[in-house]
Amino acid sequence: MPKRTDIKKILLIGSGPIVIGQACEFDYSGTQACKALREEGYEVVLVNSNPATIMTDPDTADVTYIEPLSVEVLELIIKKERPDALLPTMGGQTALNLAVNLSEAGILDKYQVELIGAKLPAIRKAEDRALFKKAMQGIGLDMPKSLIVTSMTEGMAAIEEIGFPAILRPAFTLGGTGGGIAYNIEEYAQMLDKGLKLSPVCQILVEESVIGWKEYEMEVMRDMADNVVIICSIENFDAMGVHTGDSITVAPTQTLSDKEYQMMRDASIAIIREIGVETGGSNIQFALNPQNGRMTVVEMNPRVSRSSALASKATGFPIAKIAAKLAVGYLLDEIRNDITRETPASFEPTIDYVVTKIPRFTFEKFPDADATLTTQMKSVGEVMSIGRTFKESLQKALRSLEIGTAGLDPVKQPHLTKEEIVAKLKTPNAERIWYIAEAFRRGFSIEDVHVQTWIDPWFLNNMKQLIDMENEIAAHSGKDADLMAALRSYKQAGFSDKRIGDLTGKSEAEVRNLRRSLGILPVFKLVDTCAAEFEAYTPYLYSTYENGYCGAESGGGKTEANVSSSSGLIFSCDANPTDRKKIVILGSGPNRIGQGIEFDYCCVQAVFGLREIGYETIMVNCNPETVSTDYDTADRLYFEPLTLENVLNIIEKEKPVGVIVQFGGQTPLKLAVPLEKEGVKILGTSPDSIDRAEDRKRFKELLHKLNLKQPESGTALTVAEAVTSASRIGYPVMVRPSYVLGGREMKIVYDENSLVNYMERAVMASPEHPILVDKYLEDAVEVDVDCISDGVDAVIGGVMEHIEEAGIHSGDSACSLPPYSLPQPIVDEIRRQAKAMAKELNVRGLMNVQFAVKDNEIYVLEVNPRASRTIPFVGKATGVQLAKMAAKIMGGATLQDLGYTEERVIRHVAVKEAVFPFDRFPGVDTILGPEMKSTGEVMGIDEDFGLAYAKSQASSFNRIPTSGKIFLSVKNRDKAKFVDVANMLVELGFQLTATRGTALYLAEKGVAVEVVNKVTEGRPHIVDLIKNREISFIINTVSGAQAQKDSFSIRRSALQYRIPYTTTLSSARAVVRAIESLQKKQLSIRSIQEYHTSIQNDYSASHT
Amino acid sequence: MKKALLVLHDGTVFEGRSFGADAERIGEVVFNTSMTGYQEILTDPSYRGQIVTMTYPQIGNYGIVPEDVESLSGPKVEGFVVAEYQDCYSNWRAVQSLGSYLVENNIPGIEWIDTRALTKHLRTHGAQMGILSTIDSDPKSLLAKVTAHPGISAFDFVREVTTAKQYAWTEGCWQWCRTETITHEKKLMVVVYDFGVKFNILRNLVTAGFEVAVVPAQTPAEEVLEMNPDGILLSNGPGDPVTVTYGIATAQKLLNKKPIFGICLGHQILGLAMGGRTYKLKFGHHGGNHPVKDLVSGRVEITSQNHNYCVDVGSLRGQVRLTHRNLYDGSEEGMQHTELPVMSVQHHPEAGPGPNDSTHIFSRFVRMMKATG
Repeated sequence: MPKRTDIKKILLIGSGPIVIGQACEFDYSGTQACKALREEGYEVVLVNSNPATIMTDPDTADVTYIEPLSVEVLELIIKKERPDALLPTMGGQTALNLAVNLSEAGILDKYQVELIGAKLPAIRKAEDRALFKKAMQGIGLDMPKSLIVTSMTEGMAAIEEIGFPAILRPAFTLGGTGGGIAYNIEEYAQMLDKGLKLSPVCQILVEESVIGWKEYEMEVMRDMADNVVIICSIENFDAMGVHTGDSITVAPTQTLSDKEYQMMRDASIAIIREIGVETGGSNIQFALNPQNGRMTVVEMNPRVSRSSALASKATGFPIAKIAAKLAVGYLLDEIRNDITRETPASFEPTIDYVVTKIPRFTFEKFPDADATLTTQMKSVGEVMSIGRTFKESLQKALRSLEIGTAGLDPVKQPHLTKEEIVAKLKTPNAERIWYIAEAFRRGFSIEDVHVQTWIDPWFLNNMKQLIDMENEIAAHSGKDADLMAALRSYKQAGFSDKRIGDLTGKSEAEVRNLRRSLGILPVFKLVDTCAAEFEAYTPYLYSTYENGYCGAESGGGKTEANVSSSSGLIFSCDANPTDRKKIVILGSGPNRIGQGIEFDYCCVQAVFGLREIGYETIMVNCNPETVSTDYDTADRLYFEPLTLENVLNIIEKEKPVGVIVQFGGQTPLKLAVPLEKEGVKILGTSPDSIDRAEDRKRFKELLHKLNLKQPESGTALTVAEAVTSASRIGYPVMVRPSYVLGGREMKIVYDENSLVNYMERAVMASPEHPILVDKYLEDAVEVDVDCISDGVDAVIGGVMEHIEEAGIHSGDSACSLPPYSLPQPIVDEIRRQAKAMAKELNVRGLMNVQFAVKDNEIYVLEVNPRASRTIPFVGKATGVQLAKMAAKIMGGATLQDLGYTEERVIRHVAVKEAVFPFDRFPGVDTILGPEMKSTGEVMGIDEDFGLAYAKSQASSFNRIPTSGKIFLSVKNRDKAKFVDVANMLVELGFQLTATRGTALYLAEKGVAVEVVNKVTEGRPHIVDLIKNREISFIINTVSGAQAQKDSFSIRRSALQYRIPYTTTLSSARAVVRAIESLQKKQLSIRSIQEYHTSIQNDYSASHT
Repeated sequence: MKKALLVLHDGTVFEGRSFGADAERIGEVVFNTSMTGYQEILTDPSYRGQIVTMTYPQIGNYGIVPEDVESLSGPKVEGFVVAEYQDCYSNWRAVQSLGSYLVENNIPGIEWIDTRALTKHLRTHGAQMGILSTIDSDPKSLLAKVTAHPGISAFDFVREVTTAKQYAWTEGCWQWCRTETITHEKKLMVVVYDFGVKFNILRNLVTAGFEVAVVPAQTPAEEVLEMNPDGILLSNGPGDPVTVTYGIATAQKLLNKKPIFGICLGHQILGLAMGGRTYKLKFGHHGGNHPVKDLVSGRVEITSQNHNYCVDVGSLRGQVRLTHRNLYDGSEEGMQHTELPVMSVQHHPEAGPGPNDSTHIFSRFVRMMKATG
């Protein structure tokens, strides 16, 4: 069947901001889908609220809307664009739910929009647990037994049928609060009682426990002619009980015999047919009882998922791209496999390597969160690695994580008791893999570890082999000859030079030199979908240490092989570097808080830019979710850990003109100096300039030279030094350890007591890493500036005024482009200062500056001569693709060449807002501070600040009401400044209710306000009002630990009942402006392309 | 760790470690791209005369499961080549390790060589003879032995793997927790010519409702006709089809007497019996992921493949029509006689190992017989 000609225009919905459970994998899938559909001549209309995506670049879709993902906005878009079809399967659960809502609201019918990919009945059948269970029974497949109960009586009856152990899942509790596993009737009765009370709808799902069973996933594709193929099978290292997103997973399956694998394959095919997913990809999860092989179906996602992204990267089969083509009518055998060129897409990839995925957690950001891994996902990112064996692939994945481990390093607490280790094995946690290693070091047997973890003995055995090898390596300490004799086998097992060095008392460089002297070099193998059965044309590579062979062509100068000069052996390498002019771009590694999709966006833009000016682009990254690791983004892709060792190996093989470290955040930046020391050319701003910006002393000198201001500051190694510094500077001060990312351990202290407390809380201070003490500019306005420079000229990309006051991490703060309250002369002066610094630092590429403005004085807080988190936002707001231009500058272009010699003036307003993972972590407060906590961002764009802000709030799950009752509780310091806000809210027709202190103060100032009890003051109290949904908005600012503790339940309830809220005075002001605009104006939409065209027209008009 | 060598006919030498029996064997070196199913591959009699390398690097993970064999009395391959052998196995049905199984059956195994390099070599230079030895560590002397070997076409391996005596088969396909046996009203009787039959063909026949009798490859046509079966299946088997002259002659005699279904070697024998031509592929098809289009249903099936030879269906123009085409290389993989109840496929509808997409062909065989009967 050829493609459909009855549809011309297709609407695609993205997944919105990055949140836990929905990360950049949907940028990858959406971008692929856009490309695939446009390639076929369809017009693509895209909607997504997330500006940090490649998919929302104006070049990706034909028409792009960065607007809230709500039914009413979507209706406006549909009404305006009149698409023929809606493809709902590319934007995660968000897009799928929105498509269902649009369909149920009759909007799709009204505008005759056809759902393609998955129809409504199929989506319902897959998503509704009862319908799904019935469907599975219908085709003879097993599911864990389960019953929904709403009372103790029902619950006690249900357990008769379900049996022990049983899982209780209370409905609609945040982060699965109140759920758990019951092993006996007493425990069960207690948990039932508690769960029923906690569930707002008094409902619990009681389920047969399959905890400890083996977990598998299958990625399935189907076309309109009912051809079905399995793209990839995945086996979870962690047993059932840990969310698959939080599990270490391995592809392909390792411990299934063919009979069992085929049983699962047949079941997968039967399921996709029964559910009726017409075309495209689905993910199906299974649990298998390791004792008897009983297989049960866990769930199905009738759409492209995080696992599909992983499966695509693991096999080279572009699931999203093919799914998009199938959705418009193509059949699998009509689509070519890009990698082999000659064979069709109707096949099942076979791989000749092992893929390991490890999730990346950020519990350090949320010390109050429960770090136990459960069925609720908690990780924020992941890495994938490829090796020829599980051992190699696991170790490569461990060092890809960038958490300071070079492999199975010893755990940090050296004196754990056996019981403590057992406890760490038994309860799944983010560090369990290292505790398993520790257990083997302590002599635990495979069986010992297995009974605690339920991890399959096969995996454990391979881990034990690694620990045995570590012991062997350590025994070679001081005996170089022994080490040299066995070095290749250690490299084959995936040991890094660093880990081998750690074990033998050598430096990484010593091991590297030793290894090189022995000619032990990695070879690169292709990811080719076919295990070398056919020739592959796409250079998607990974490194490994293979054995050589000797052959007829030995020494014959075959270009594909590395012939070792010493042994005469051939080491077969698939890399085949070209002799083109090439540049290596280092990616940003796993998503984490503080370094996310924005940097992948920049890397991808850099690739596009360099390609446009004729360079071959080489991408190095290890994050499977990203666009940068798509095989057709860069000319060549190395799926490798971003470590000095792995990057050097690639550079030696490829011999590029230089390496770009500016775009991937801290990850590549950390490698700049070590790479330069090894003689690698770093393109763009020199590492010395980077150092001038980062080194406090040198930076101070720089500012002094330019006559710019900086908040008073000092450094301290001891408590006494800190106290002296602080009293010199004056409280409040901001304290933090040097060399930390994303504001970790950063605190604002108002008095000496708190300072002493902070210093004593043993933040590790050392002469190289002192504690920094800075003046905290209270109530200052923070400003972010992105600019670009070619070393001669510097041009501003955008000036962004933060909404939250200085002191809240810039990544967590909303910001407005252009500034919405600062006077023009201040903004102009900020521009001047930024440009002066860019020139002084001789920046070639991008630079970001953070300023604070207090009492009309401008202070420079920080300068980062590299791509910042706001680059994609600026790009979407202004139409200026800074990252792409910066890459071209690094490739030799000037700003003149690029035609960018002047900042673009915009007449609309764009607001960026952060999105937080608080609902995932019961027990964590929602108060913002200097430590970054957000996982993602959205953008609101409209004609004025109020509307743009309102849209940004709607997109970040914090929709601002236009009427109703607002609850207020503000800290003393804010009270005076809050009166005008309260007055305006009353004027706008809101009723106000406040806690006693706030109410009294406001009443004194003549504001009409009711009093409501605090939780500690008796009932009915504020939480009762929240639960009864009488409150439409909450303004709650606090200071001090006690006040924060007292009001904690207010903020948690707000989160649970999804009541919009704000915790800062400055954002409360922005909310008022948003309400004003919302009450006056109608909701409207405009595409990014329209905005950009009008900016360009204005620019042209002013220059002719 | 004992050393093992694999020396190819063109002089390429791979040195690795032994993980099987101490032995030395010569065979045609081929690669298989299946990620699971090593046990079925080892025991597939079609691999007689061949040294098999698995492209998936870690082999042995799930041990040896007695009920998953495709033939009796151990592996049929000459030798087994893997990147990393896994001695620790984990599977609820497994009873022993792959290594101990090879040792018991005196089959050499070599691990710790770059199997991807070997695969690429075979892909580029074609399948060729090789020697796998854990006994002789001199590549030169090993090469001399391979060069002296007359090659795979010089042997009729079918004689080595066919059953000595006729037997009945009653076991059906593997299912998890098999509880019921399928009962059919009146069973059709099929005689299977055993050219090296895989048990999964027999199991599929039973599951499809046949009464199954397996006869030795050299059983005269007359004898089989006397059994008065409803249909005849010509099984898979090893080697070059032209060496199986008696099979070809028998097939000729049976052609217009009974419904016939040929699989793999059986398909090639039918082709030759009808006067067609067979040819050898450069490195064969061995794996579980080849797409084959069933031209009758229009569906694409992911198939199990194991063959080095192909029938040139074009050489039978007028007599047969093409029913299956391999979408990888366009090769012809199935045919049906235009008049007679005769059909055959090159791939393995019985799976074992590999996908079950094509098992419905056994039902097609039933329908063909019913239409004839």
